Amino acid sequence: MLRIVTALAAGLLFGAGLTVSQMVNPAKVIGFLDIGGNWDPSLAFVLAGAVGTVALGFLVVRRRLAAPLFAAAFDPPSARGIDRNHVFGAVLFGIGWGLVGLCPGPALAALAIAPAKVALFVGAMLVGMAGFAVFQSLAARRKQAR
Amino acid sequence: MENFTPVSAALGGVLIGLSAVLLWLTHGRIAGISGIVGGLLTPRTRDVGWRAAFILGLIAGPPIVAALAGGMPPVAVTSSAGLLIVGGLLVGYGTRLGSGCTSGHGVCGLARLSPRSIVATGVFLTAAIATVLVTRHLVGV
Repeated sequence: MLRIVTALAAGLLFGAGLTVSQMVNPAKVIGFLDIGGNWDPSLAFVLAGAVGTVALGFLVVRRRLAAPLFAAAFDPPSARGIDRNHVFGAVLFGIGWGLVGLCPGPALAALAIAPAKVALFVGAMLVGMAGFAVFQSLAARRKQAR
Repeated sequence: MENFTPVSAALGGVLIGLSAVLLWLTHGRIAGISGIVGGLLTPRTRDVGWRAAFILGLIAGPPIVAALAGGMPPVAVTSSAGLLIVGGLLVGYGTRLGSGCTSGHGVCGLARLSPRSIVATGVFLTAAIATVLVTRHLVGV
């Protein structure tokens, strides 16, 4: 139960942060990416505030705890190298982000505010994610068959 | 730069950071939105509970803040339906292939000084800036 409540609280905080910083607004995000236009550096301040808080918070947690409160162990991303897929994925994501001004967090956070248009983006995003999972399991099966 | 809002931006950033610290403290997981959502869309889905709870909070957070603040924040989506679909597909597929988005790589990865995340963030920021340059100044989608 505490696992669910704390995850819900973390989600609420994340959504609140995106709202306060106006990052739920694609126009605001495009304003940052549009360095050739009427540039709005706000997103850099969001990033700085978030990165600083995480760097400090993770350091404190790591010093005080050997394991998280409601899970067996800390589960950092598995340390894989930087390969072609990793870079290509980031390029595709960047193009999609630049086209619309929405990335996964703000897209979900904007869902309840502007459902009509944002739902179309979120639906396509979920299809893209599921499509990746399908391709991946097909590739794994092909490798096994060989 | 008349739209520049450094104080609310930094304050919102701190809230996002606190969310990531809370998830790390309680679950030992990285608050990467594409990873949390994508983890629900794989053949062998694990830990549906906390992922679904986090996403529910993420969706419910903005209207709650809006109710407290007394007004919905502006969400100006100017893209056409076709562009929303293409953009959504690219963001969904790209974040899974690249193992992260603005939150996992951009916020948590940079804070952890992960070389993978530093490269990914540099690449997707450059691609996004180039895309905006082309679509808003050269062709005009």
